[in-house]
Amino acid sequence: MIHLLLEPLQYGFMQRGLLAAVMVGVICAVMGTWVILRGMAFLGDAMAHAILPGVAIAWLLGGNILLGALVAAVAVALGIGVISKGGTVKEDTAIGILFAAALALGVAIMSSIRTYAADLSHLLFGNVLGVSAGDLLLTAIVGAIVLLAIILFWKPFLVLSFDPVLAATLRLKTGFLRNLMLVLLALTVVVSLQTVGVGLAAAMLITPAATAFLLVKRLVPMMLVAALIGAASAVIGLYASWWLNIVSGSAIVLVATLFFLVAFVLSPRRAALGRR
Amino acid sequence: MPSSKAEPIVESPARLDVEGITVGYESRSILEGLSFRLDHGTRAAIVGPNGAGKSTLFKALVGLLPLRAGHILIHGLPLGSHLDCVAYIPQRENVDWNFPVTVRDVVTMGRYGHISWLERLGRRDRAIVDESLERMGIADLSTRSINELSGGQQQRVFLARALAQEPHIFLMDEPFNGVDRVTQDATLELLDHLREARVTVLISTHDLNLASTRFDRVLLLNRSLVAEGPPAEALSEANLAKAFGSSLLVTGNGRILVDECCPGGHHGCEDNDGSDGHCHEEPSASRSPDLGVAPRKP
Repeated sequence: MIHLLLEPLQYGFMQRGLLAAVMVGVICAVMGTWVILRGMAFLGDAMAHAILPGVAIAWLLGGNILLGALVAAVAVALGIGVISKGGTVKEDTAIGILFAAALALGVAIMSSIRTYAADLSHLLFGNVLGVSAGDLLLTAIVGAIVLLAIILFWKPFLVLSFDPVLAATLRLKTGFLRNLMLVLLALTVVVSLQTVGVGLAAAMLITPAATAFLLVKRLVPMMLVAALIGAASAVIGLYASWWLNIVSGSAIVLVATLFFLVAFVLSPRRAALGRR
Repeated sequence: MPSSKAEPIVESPARLDVEGITVGYESRSILEGLSFRLDHGTRAAIVGPNGAGKSTLFKALVGLLPLRAGHILIHGLPLGSHLDCVAYIPQRENVDWNFPVTVRDVVTMGRYGHISWLERLGRRDRAIVDESLERMGIADLSTRSINELSGGQQQRVFLARALAQEPHIFLMDEPFNGVDRVTQDATLELLDHLREARVTVLISTHDLNLASTRFDRVLLLNRSLVAEGPPAEALSEANLAKAFGSSLLVTGNGRILVDECCPGGHHGCEDNDGSDGHCHEEPSASRSPDLGVAPRKP
């Protein structure tokens, strides 16, 4: 039994992959808690797809892919905020348009590359076993920034999400806080890129947080439980992918979904999620 | 608050001045040229038909809607120069009751205006939270999730939070609508406590009986101020007819009935951000389309 756990760890790529997947699992789950409480799930999914052009351009130019994704994601995050601010175009409409357009642009750029099929599949579904030491460092830095911001802005985010009227009476800079939330979401989506890819990034954001929502009734425990589920899904999923020989991103997401289904059946708060 | 480096609150002149304010959503003005003054510690009822602009007035007072014209002065200073001086009780429909917070978590938020974002609650803050929970009779529920509570208990959570804010001005939007007896009594008791603490209270209500017996002053509102004064004066038959128009019925023995749509807490008109029309016919007061620019003096 212990052999089953240790054998894959002989390989450097597997060690790096595990570390990356766990970090991503935790960061996504913590940020995802705000995402589901603020009803930004669709936005998270859209943002993941919308960064594809940035990645494709960085790839073509031979630059750092994560950096390209980061630039694209922040641009898209702020762009969505600008377009939906006036209220003429509904936010989900704006997101839907941007999301499809960016995905199309990304695929169009990728299709000009010779090794198109293989590369595109890495971007769409992740390639956690191809993580380099440099990627690992970047993931750690970006993750630390996201988690630190969430700790520093805990009270403003809580007030803004729970009671916008109180936020107004406390004179919070709501516009700034909303944009900050979008940028943090963008950063989170970018680091999840290499683990589960743009196609499945939303699952890592939403599924562990939604599972935790079903199990606990306070915010801090919800984030901790979500982080635990995110990390556990990453580890179990990666081992499953090793032994069953399936794509790692899919394996991780499927494990997270399994956790959700179990919680859904057992949850005392199930009715609550339906009413959201 | 990080941005709380505002001037300290000057207690004098201790009052709320609303000077010719015009407020609205997008292209529509809801309130036009509204002016009134309340001395500190006054308990005022805001009465008017649905769509009269009661919730809009509250949103302007907390700074949620920008003023198109006019000024709001608290203690002689413009809105926003002092923090957390105004506490607002949201209508129950506007709260996400599935948010993962406990009763105590919500009441604790009332102290956020008094500490910096990174600070933990001090001993005094915790004592105030305890006292507020106690006063509203929900101390034994403090570890409950807010979605486990009855409607009346949920309202008392927000009353306790407002109390913990130690406000100078206390705003309540229809607190007596569809709540149980215990909550109504607790709310009325709270009003007496607030009077002792010289807190100015503004409450919107459909209950004319309550307005005329429990309040110092009544503001009769219909898109602008119809009447303001002691209840007996403001709620005269002529004023009520002016404010409520055809929905007012006067019965033979001098009793006045006001027909209101949507009993039980559903207020279609003002709460859904006002962008999609109104559920009552236009009030009889004439309106010009560009009032947002040139407010009419009352």
